[in-house]
Amino acid sequence: MKNYFKRGEPMVLVSGATLAVILFMTLTLMAVILGNSLGYFWVKGLVRLQLSDGSLVMGQLTDTEHHALTGAERLQLKVGNRDLYVQDFRWVDHSEITGRDIPEDAYLLERREHGNFFGFLKELKDLNGAPVAADHTSLLKLHREVLKQKDGLATIKSEMSRLNQASERLRLKILKLEYRDAAGNATDIARLTEQRDQLTVRFDELLEQLNQSQAVINQASSVFSDASGTTKELALQELVRIYQPNRMSVVAKSAAYLVKIKELLLDDPRESNTEGGLFPAIFGTVMMVLLMSVFSLPFGVIAAIYLREYAKEGRLVQLVRIAVNNLAGVPSIVYGVFGLGFFVYGIGGSLDKLFFPERLPTPVFGTGGILWASLTLALLTVPVVIVATEESLASIPKGIREGSLALGATKFQTLTRVLLPMATPGIMTGLVLSMARAVGEVAPLMMVGVVKLAPTLPFDGQFPFFHMDRKFMHLGFHIFDVGFQSPNVEAAKPMVYVTTLLLLLIVIAASSLAIRFRNQMRRKYTSSHF
Amino acid sequence: MSPDTEVTSRQPIVTVDGLNLHYGAAHALKDISLTVARNQVTAFIGPSGCGKSTLLRCLNRMNDLIDSVAISGSIKLDGQEITGNATDVISLRRRVGMVFQQSNPFPKSIYENIVYGLRIAGVKDKALLDETVEKCLKGAAIWDEVKDRLHESALGLSGGQAQRICIARAIATNPEVILMDEPCSALDPLSTLKIEELIDELKERYTIVIVTHNMQQAARVSDATAFFYLGELIEMGETKKIFTNPEKKQTEDYITGRFG
Repeated sequence: MKNYFKRGEPMVLVSGATLAVILFMTLTLMAVILGNSLGYFWVKGLVRLQLSDGSLVMGQLTDTEHHALTGAERLQLKVGNRDLYVQDFRWVDHSEITGRDIPEDAYLLERREHGNFFGFLKELKDLNGAPVAADHTSLLKLHREVLKQKDGLATIKSEMSRLNQASERLRLKILKLEYRDAAGNATDIARLTEQRDQLTVRFDELLEQLNQSQAVINQASSVFSDASGTTKELALQELVRIYQPNRMSVVAKSAAYLVKIKELLLDDPRESNTEGGLFPAIFGTVMMVLLMSVFSLPFGVIAAIYLREYAKEGRLVQLVRIAVNNLAGVPSIVYGVFGLGFFVYGIGGSLDKLFFPERLPTPVFGTGGILWASLTLALLTVPVVIVATEESLASIPKGIREGSLALGATKFQTLTRVLLPMATPGIMTGLVLSMARAVGEVAPLMMVGVVKLAPTLPFDGQFPFFHMDRKFMHLGFHIFDVGFQSPNVEAAKPMVYVTTLLLLLIVIAASSLAIRFRNQMRRKYTSSHF
Repeated sequence: MSPDTEVTSRQPIVTVDGLNLHYGAAHALKDISLTVARNQVTAFIGPSGCGKSTLLRCLNRMNDLIDSVAISGSIKLDGQEITGNATDVISLRRRVGMVFQQSNPFPKSIYENIVYGLRIAGVKDKALLDETVEKCLKGAAIWDEVKDRLHESALGLSGGQAQRICIARAIATNPEVILMDEPCSALDPLSTLKIEELIDELKERYTIVIVTHNMQQAARVSDATAFFYLGELIEMGETKKIFTNPEKKQTEDYITGRFG
């Protein structure tokens, strides 16, 4: 028995067991997230219940509960129709249900506002306002036409947007001229003001045109009734998608599922972030991580090179190393406060005073933005990069360094031609760790530039293309916002899981790319195959 | 210690005069004076810790890499002083190449390894680089073995081949002197033999200084031998004389293996 312990067998078992526990936890995490998120987009059938008090209720079955003591069961139904009822989720005791059926012609309507509508089609009016036969084919045909007309308006809308931007640019120019010397630049100001007025006139013309077209489109409307018979008029242009879920086959439901996934990835959010897509959040997260890497990687690598190669070993270098290691342990919210004080108010405020004095008190850089957020997170992750780079430089055999120097290379040439390429795998590890850490930090971001809903992306088609002063959306903050600050908790729950899954996938994708690159580099520099 | 004048029948290329080296408090080299003659193989022999590698590394200023080193005295390469702050260490290292005990090819292709010395000197002409690669690999007697895989990784070579690549790399900068710090101690007897033959060929164009703790190798390969003990130069002379009829008792004891 004593031999068994001496051999170390128990330790092998303990470490194996610990690994198993960790793997199990990871898998459970993935399973919970996947389970709660993947089902969200599957179109559920509608069930109609007749209750003991005679009323009819229709909706999607979302949950069941058993009372712990009495064993009584109750069902949660998503009844939708937020504009008709107070709450769109409702619990029904099993004992109350007297009848239950699955109406074939029940509709599920996804709307731009007020969430989903469950009901039956009663009337239909076409684009001229004339009544048409109220059946499924006509409804779909009319809906398609309405959407086509709406797309046709897109050119007007983009032209209006362009005019708006041009007008805004003129306004800022005028503001600048006025600030510098109102009297002296009077002629220029007058000229620009006149240009601006012309743009406004054109804009108003287009707006009038748009409104007229909208009014025509609005004429195509429908009347739906819910399970109990209450009717509601719905203009067809506010319907995003129309389904008859009880008639859909698995194939149709799968197709709808894929369409919803596409919407999630590419569209803008609706309904206070509980519906619609996550594209701005995805874009903001990815862009912020990239910007952060652009700042932290060169900084970290160069600092590590200095510490290891050029600095003389002594008290000062020791202190710097200790400081760097401690930086990694500072809570992230402290970084947020530092970022707010130093970057936003300090540097941002100074930039505003120097370059945009005419716009004060409206801040340009003196408020949160993607630039300051990336810099703050870069500070957060620089210690990781420094440590990883130092370790990888230290692990290069001394002989390589001596061999290079003995051939007449300077220290700098040795670094750039031999040592840094060999250290690349280690630096990549640092990058992966830093990205994984940064993507999950939400607290500092809240103070330096993340918002619930951003009207524009930080990178778009108008000059100067990268708008570093804009606020942005972030998946991590999105999770917090949807989960805790949402007006409709039940509707928000699945969205939280979906956003978490998306965030996880982005981290996994980014890390996998970096790891792949690192493995390639490692193979190149340590084995005999390129 | 005065240098043995028989050996300097040829022109000296390296002259060491009154060299003292301290590693911190330890006095590692004590008042060394010797000359290395052109186009000859000079061997430094002696027991471990006697300072032969340290002296070798002084000749191309590699001891500069160690912080605690303090040097006094003079080393002249071809009449030019190379100790002191005024020396251009980079160009010195191009004129005095080095091959290490543990072969250290860079994790690049064989071609890139050889032209490394030229590239850092600023040479970009591809024709010149190609020509140098062929010349050096032939000069290191390894051309036939690697000519078909010049662009494969140099890490895939055997120990003996890697050491010859390192030698080829060292001669690419067209040095005057090649320093070899126990080049064969990590190799098998067959590779050792090949390298010893190579050294014999190389001495026609270059001056070679080799540090070895293998006395038989020193006897086989070198023309002149210097025996060191505890940081002092005990005796230096023609190899044949040192190994058959040494003047100092200490030398004789070492040669005959009374201490190692």
